[in-house]
Amino acid sequence: MLVYTDEETLLSDTVQAMLAAASPVSTFRALRDKGETQNPALWSEMAELGLAGVLVPEEAGGSGMGVTAASLIGTALGQNLAITPFISTSVIAATALKTASADLHKESLEQISQGKLTYALALDEGQKFNPSHIETRAEPYGNGFRLNGEKSFVVQAGGAGRLLVLARTGDGPDDLTLFSIGAEQAGLEQQEKAMVDHSDAARLVLSNVEVTGEDIVGQQNEAWRVLRPALFAGQTVLAAEMMGVANGAMQMTFGYLKDRKQFGVEIGRFQALQHRAAHLWCEAEVSASAVLNAGRMMDENPEQAGLAVSLAKARAIKVAKLAVLEGVQMHGGIGMTDAFDMGFFLKKAQVSTEWLGDYGYHAEIIASERGF
Amino acid sequence: MDWMQGSEDDFRDRIRLWLDENCPQEMRDGDTGEAAICWGGRNWSFQSQAQKQWLQNAVLAGITTPTWPKAYGGGGLDRAREKILAEEMGRIQARPPLQSFGIWMLAPAFLKFGTEGEKKMYLPAIIKGNIRWCQGYSEPGAGSDLAGWQTKAEDHGDHYVVTGQKIWTSYADKADWIFALVRTDRSAPKQKGISFLLIDMKSAGVSTKPIKLISGASVFCETFFDEVKVPKENLLGTENRGWDIAKYLLTHERQMISAGGQGLFGGRALGAVLAESDTEDGGLDSSLRSAVMDYEIDALSIGLTLERYKDQSEAGQGAGDASAMLKYMGTELNKKRYELMMSARGTEALDTDGAHGPMALDWLRTKANSIEGGTSEIMLNIISRRILGLPG
Repeated sequence: MLVYTDEETLLSDTVQAMLAAASPVSTFRALRDKGETQNPALWSEMAELGLAGVLVPEEAGGSGMGVTAASLIGTALGQNLAITPFISTSVIAATALKTASADLHKESLEQISQGKLTYALALDEGQKFNPSHIETRAEPYGNGFRLNGEKSFVVQAGGAGRLLVLARTGDGPDDLTLFSIGAEQAGLEQQEKAMVDHSDAARLVLSNVEVTGEDIVGQQNEAWRVLRPALFAGQTVLAAEMMGVANGAMQMTFGYLKDRKQFGVEIGRFQALQHRAAHLWCEAEVSASAVLNAGRMMDENPEQAGLAVSLAKARAIKVAKLAVLEGVQMHGGIGMTDAFDMGFFLKKAQVSTEWLGDYGYHAEIIASERGF
Repeated sequence: MDWMQGSEDDFRDRIRLWLDENCPQEMRDGDTGEAAICWGGRNWSFQSQAQKQWLQNAVLAGITTPTWPKAYGGGGLDRAREKILAEEMGRIQARPPLQSFGIWMLAPAFLKFGTEGEKKMYLPAIIKGNIRWCQGYSEPGAGSDLAGWQTKAEDHGDHYVVTGQKIWTSYADKADWIFALVRTDRSAPKQKGISFLLIDMKSAGVSTKPIKLISGASVFCETFFDEVKVPKENLLGTENRGWDIAKYLLTHERQMISAGGQGLFGGRALGAVLAESDTEDGGLDSSLRSAVMDYEIDALSIGLTLERYKDQSEAGQGAGDASAMLKYMGTELNKKRYELMMSARGTEALDTDGAHGPMALDWLRTKANSIEGGTSEIMLNIISRRILGLPG
């Protein structure tokens, strides 16, 4: 059913209320002003509420909820521009680890739930998300492997305790293996990026990084078995977070249309702006359906969720971009100022657009699923 | 037939068997074009024996209106079974046995505002396809500004006398009855003083004149009322409160129009055109392919939105004003679909006598989608005022 249950609505309300108090957009601004890209206090609070372990099975100390629930949390985070390792850790890493083996990774999953251990995904190597093009190599070395290569865009790398690194272990296209490597491991060099949205991301250089077979998540040459569901979950929740960004921008814009006066009247009286605002709202309604559907598919039929997930990300990109671009334009000059929050939403939307596949990437998947 | 007995799986088996036995082969070609529609009514001549047989069988089973109460001849299905029925009909590409404005645009008013007597009198004739209805809302001076009606109904004791003109009355020349908005109180402002009247098209003083459209077809008419006597019992609801009913029905109509678009963009038509163009002309050019991708993304998502709104309404949260969004997005999408199909077919689509000729006429027809039932601009006004709360 494409309706939120009472339980889900309650979860959403709870998280929204918590963030409104603990981390509204003004918190993001204060951290940005100090040059901070982490908010550990917020992450602890989220862990206490069971949100860090939303996808961790109850046996491993988590809340054992689903991707739909995680998406609701994501939307609330996006709307408040809250800084957390939620998607990298609680969604992508938790899904990869439990898919590999919830028993084997019980300790890590427990630590994720407790907010004590965070992860970052080191996948991209070029300027676009392209998981089929991986050149980082893991060569057999002693009893384990030695990794060499470069990762171009590792989100939340600075704060992460461990990195999930996708590396080539054979010459076949799918001979890829996912490694979990401690961030302090010798041979790992992080080069912090000056991200346009003030977020935490880095380039990662791997020079003879030595790991053992125990660091493999899942099986050798079978990265896709664990990574596919992890990416699907990450893309779904990121799409939901982008809906939150769109909502935040829309809320500001619609409010401004009612307050701002020009030519002696509220600018929201002008039909030229009314129609653009109404169209934006329509696009958001349509995108919200695609995002909810992706969550439901991930929870009910994850094997078949590919189309739904790409649809959600593509539509979320479309509406988030529209919301921030219209947001700046309808605010006029003040929308361009640093003192005003609209710019934060604009920047965040652009970064989220690129992460885990842009519009074109997902459109190609949809086209191939639809047979053209 | 009690379709609600047994589990949903049982229902699927039963309806599959029933369709197998009762839906004639000729009615399983998935043709959803204008020419294949069975409209019913006193003047209806069936296009084939199969069409007639299919309607009769469907009426007996109650599936011309699957979710309506059994008491009036409906199927009495819940939403889950309605969905199963739609899936099973889709599986064999069954045509809808009956389509009508009575079903889409009028019956919801009987179900909500009608007395038990009115329901018993009017609903079965709609369900069986015996009476074909048309809608009389727009007037020459009141297109988008619906509150500006001039057609008047004067009180003459046991009856009204109706005088005036309606326009864009779809299929008025073929309809048996019209439901019309008429002014019963000329001193009341705008939407006040409007009543909802049911008028037999056979009444003396009613005449129609088809309007030739850009497609060459004449689905729309002008309808004239020259001192037409209408019995008072033909008033639906309360006198001077007709706008409440019309508003309710317009919401339904919007959902219907956008649902129509959704049904059509199931992908078959566009997909088939693309597949053929692909092989005939060495593939789609990259610009068209990219436009089709955008279309697919929007079409699938609007389809999901329709489903979400249905689920919401099942859960007791009606779409209300948000139906304006469905109407706006659905009709704009349908227009886009035909633009893409025309583009994919190139010069072949321009020959209206050619193999793909009907496509050009349908393409022209879709241009009305974003005008009829409230223009796209009116929909945006509704959203802006009622949902976003922007100042009027």
